[in-house]
Amino acid sequence: MNIVVLVKQVPDTWAERKLSDSDKTLDRASVDVVMNEIDEYAVEEALRIKEASGGDVTVLSMGPERAVETIRKALSMGADKAVHLTDPALAGSDAVQTSYALAQVLSTLEYDLVIAGSEATDSRMSIMTALLAERTGQPQLTGARKVTAGEGTVRIERQTENGYDVVEASTPALVSVVEKINEPRYPSFKGIMAAKKKPLTTLTIADAGIDAGQVGLASAPSQVTSFATKPPRSAGQVVKDEGDGGVKIVEFLASQKLV
Amino acid sequence: MAEVLVLVDHVDGTPKKVSYELLTLARELGTPSAVVLGAGASAAAEKVAAYGAEKVYTCEAEELDAHLVGPKATVLAELVSSTSPAAVLLPSNAEGKEIAARLAVKTGSGLITDAVGLTADLTAEQPIFGGSVVVQSKVATGTPIITVRANSTAPSESPGAGTVEPVTATFSDADKAARIVEKVVEDKGGRPDLGDASVVVSGGRGVGAAEGFGVIEQLADALGAAVGASRAATDAGWYPHQHQVGQTGRTVSPQLYIAAGISGAIQHRAGMQTSKTIVAINKDPEAPIFELADFGLVGDLFTVVPQLTDEVGKRKG
Repeated sequence: MNIVVLVKQVPDTWAERKLSDSDKTLDRASVDVVMNEIDEYAVEEALRIKEASGGDVTVLSMGPERAVETIRKALSMGADKAVHLTDPALAGSDAVQTSYALAQVLSTLEYDLVIAGSEATDSRMSIMTALLAERTGQPQLTGARKVTAGEGTVRIERQTENGYDVVEASTPALVSVVEKINEPRYPSFKGIMAAKKKPLTTLTIADAGIDAGQVGLASAPSQVTSFATKPPRSAGQVVKDEGDGGVKIVEFLASQKLV
Repeated sequence: MAEVLVLVDHVDGTPKKVSYELLTLARELGTPSAVVLGAGASAAAEKVAAYGAEKVYTCEAEELDAHLVGPKATVLAELVSSTSPAAVLLPSNAEGKEIAARLAVKTGSGLITDAVGLTADLTAEQPIFGGSVVVQSKVATGTPIITVRANSTAPSESPGAGTVEPVTATFSDADKAARIVEKVVEDKGGRPDLGDASVVVSGGRGVGAAEGFGVIEQLADALGAAVGASRAATDAGWYPHQHQVGQTGRTVSPQLYIAAGISGAIQHRAGMQTSKTIVAINKDPEAPIFELADFGLVGDLFTVVPQLTDEVGKRKG
């Protein structure tokens, strides 16, 4: 089974994240960056399926030049090869535009499954797999906490608000995973060394047949008009339990008309 | 005024509270039309009319419940085409966002998710980076498609005509590609859903074990609250994953959020920072959760929480 794993480089959640004053897009340059955490689970799941049933795992990422660090990490975990879509014209693309660009690249790849993380820690929209399903006409199996890949079919447990749905489809199919699904491996030293020799294809938008008029900030169908740093929530009162802590809390709740 | 389509989140015709909130918001933007899809849709008509729906578009085609997301997006796309609405509002939960995504592609429109406020000119307010930055954004292309978080506004009744208009749609093979073969309910008991709840009581690492969640659940039941958990607690297997609040879990903004034994790491804050009132109980006076709590109590949750449960019970008589 051939698998494409989508990975995204994001600002480290622990770092101070900000928007750029000039164009109101995410500042990806002046901040520590990491592989989006749930994408590690997507890579892990792809590797497990490959180890069970053969085939190869291709990493696909769209992002600036430095996103190659994130791609190398996926390769060092054990993915076989990678495609990096990078072009200044892509900067500022919103999710809908990004799905168009990624779908163009996917159309040039042979795969049975695409696996992505369910959410990126920067935008937190959780929609890329659904967008790609709409663009490719292939089934979306999203929010998976378990994936069972069979011959020509794939079945998942989709996390719901009160349990899960079992959803199945024929391949090729697009899967997104939640972090309950597995425990990602750490890259081994051998893996890190091997990653340096693995094939990495770099594509510009022209290479991928992407129409420049449909990507980038200027033509983005959603636009940020303004933003403001929110003053941190000011801490309220903090009291030490003197044996009547529960009573104190209820008194506070009553003063706020919450009980 | 132009129609504003509101996708109603419902179970067998009983709308969830977020649907009434969206109708309330929609009244400020145009003429609200409810769209109710799936089994039991027509049963929702009177209920959504009470919150201002002038029209209620219903479709009960079996494909809507048998396949994931795609068929619902198709019905909405056909309604967008036939009614040229000013906007489409959907609940900002997992399914609502995915329907919105597919609808945006189908209609060539822009999409905004996770709005917590909307102005009359359809500027959306979104908290980002765990609530540390607030963004105003607008859709520049096509029909504005906006998902709105639960508890963004207080639902208020205002009767609308509620004229039911059944709609039909033709579903493509792509719409039907993902088949739902089984729905499994793991949460028994009558607690409100985390996404919708006005009060959430969450437990974290300090709860210490699965059994420790008993005191959290008892407080939740005394308050009529939903139960949440930090990632530390769900990763440890102490509480089901679907209750995880935070980055990679659920995002909630209830009237009251009580965090017990939760340190308040950024990952957790990202999921609850927009709660109206936050109460924290933690043994560690240095826990970062106290930086955002309106009321913080430094103490052992296993003595404080049961006492709190008793006191709430007394107040409620």
